[in-house]
Amino acid sequence: MKRPESEERPAGWAKSTEKAWFEKMMKEFVAIVVKSYAMAEMEVRKLRHDPTELVTRAVQPILWLGIFGQAMSRIRAVPTGGFTYLEFLTPGILAQSVVFIAIFYGLSIIWERDMGVLQKFLVTPTPRQALVLGKMISAGIRAVTQAIVVLVVATVLRVRLRISIPVILGVICVAMLGAAFFAGFSMIIASIVKTRERFMGIGQVITMPLFFASNALYPVSIMPEWLRVVAVINPLSYIVEALRSLLVTGDLLRLPLDIGVLALAGLAVTVVSAFMYPKVVV
Amino acid sequence: MPEMIKVVDLTKVFGTHKAVDGISFAVEPGEIFGLVGPNGAGKTTTLKMLTTLLAPTSGQALIGGYDIVRQASEVRRLIGYVPQMLSVDGSLTGYENLLLFARLYDVPNDQRNRRIWEVLSLLHLEDAAHSLVKTYSGGMIRRLEIGQAVLHFPKVLFLDEPTVGLDPVARRNVWDHVKGLRDRYSTTILVTTHYMEEAENMCHRLAIMHLGRIAAIGTPEELKRRTNKDGATLEDAFAYFTGATMETGGTLRETARVRRTARRLG
Repeated sequence: MKRPESEERPAGWAKSTEKAWFEKMMKEFVAIVVKSYAMAEMEVRKLRHDPTELVTRAVQPILWLGIFGQAMSRIRAVPTGGFTYLEFLTPGILAQSVVFIAIFYGLSIIWERDMGVLQKFLVTPTPRQALVLGKMISAGIRAVTQAIVVLVVATVLRVRLRISIPVILGVICVAMLGAAFFAGFSMIIASIVKTRERFMGIGQVITMPLFFASNALYPVSIMPEWLRVVAVINPLSYIVEALRSLLVTGDLLRLPLDIGVLALAGLAVTVVSAFMYPKVVV
Repeated sequence: MPEMIKVVDLTKVFGTHKAVDGISFAVEPGEIFGLVGPNGAGKTTTLKMLTTLLAPTSGQALIGGYDIVRQASEVRRLIGYVPQMLSVDGSLTGYENLLLFARLYDVPNDQRNRRIWEVLSLLHLEDAAHSLVKTYSGGMIRRLEIGQAVLHFPKVLFLDEPTVGLDPVARRNVWDHVKGLRDRYSTTILVTTHYMEEAENMCHRLAIMHLGRIAAIGTPEELKRRTNKDGATLEDAFAYFTGATMETGGTLRETARVRRTARRLG
């Protein structure tokens, strides 16, 4: 830290410190980008070394679409706005599997703390924001692979989806943002509870309500009033809505709102979890 | 400023427990300095404070002239840290583990590869560079962990119980490499250990820690001489200065941690 030598500085002092401050912020920003990328790139390498989990993680969406979805389609009890129930359900299941990957991501920082990797990260001159953002992007990368798996499963089940390059890009973007938000959220919880057992407990408690209090399985319109309120503040609903508009309805009116909400929520979560993250060590 | 590490009255209190109780010492550049004592003596807590992981309750410490609290990011550029626990990623290769840390430590792009291979050859890990770390032996893992911490040629290297859980051959080997680093880059090294014979052979000076305090500081020879006993060992010196044996201290939790580390590395 430099002491300001204010008395000796001639006129124009304010300007030069402002410039120095700006340069410092720019440097910090570049460091955050470069180092989050370094962290996320390692995640891709890990996936390349051992891609088996991509296969195992395909099982759940197959069950949801293949069994639950098929059975529910027969009943025709859910108002789906002119689409088959499977078409309605696919974006919901896609969103669910993306979120479920991300929401247990906090476990990895507890794991790394127990191992000692996290301590080693913390003693490097890396901005804390980069450490959490790196994790959030990593979760996003896994989520995108999962999204592709679900789309393949849906195609095999002959669900009619609006597949095109822009739609796929949109789906990737939404999956990334959604997973990043929930991974960040999960890291905040991990830094509060600090142990694997407690974290798993909380994870189990929140995942199912999160899923049911969203528009993944049924539209918000058939929910009781109180549940609707929950669904509106539930970020999962925005992921589902965005994916549904891209893949099924093609009505993109609310897409900017959905993406905006997810991006803002992600930003807020980055700031908070960058602050909380080092506390997991103690 | 001649000292590389300067610690004044450093204290850490957890609740009502004083883990580190007003310790002071200084380490010269290029010195290998050992903190010895049983588990629970406060060695690891001291190391965590000096590496900016834990904020001290009171007192001050300077690394290379930078304050560990107010100038934490400057301190982080100067130091490398090898925690007691396993700190490499088993699902990446040795090379990738080093690559990640080279990036986190801001090693310039054009020097990155050269540095990584230099470290790999220094620690005799070239042949295993592209195998997954899962397949490494305990000694190789420890060497890789040290490698991660020295990619940026730190001025000060902190090692927490570097030989716990290793077999005698691997232990020797780790120490040889630590010495090699010091000779080659004149790195200042602060190491904690509870193996007295290692401390005696490898460290220039030692601080004997007991219940959060430093009982005595000096070269192994000095410490033994001050016991006024012929043929005194470092264990004798420990007993002389603390009035306790090395057996004391160490909670269930710490014992469990040491055992766990030993199992993972073994």
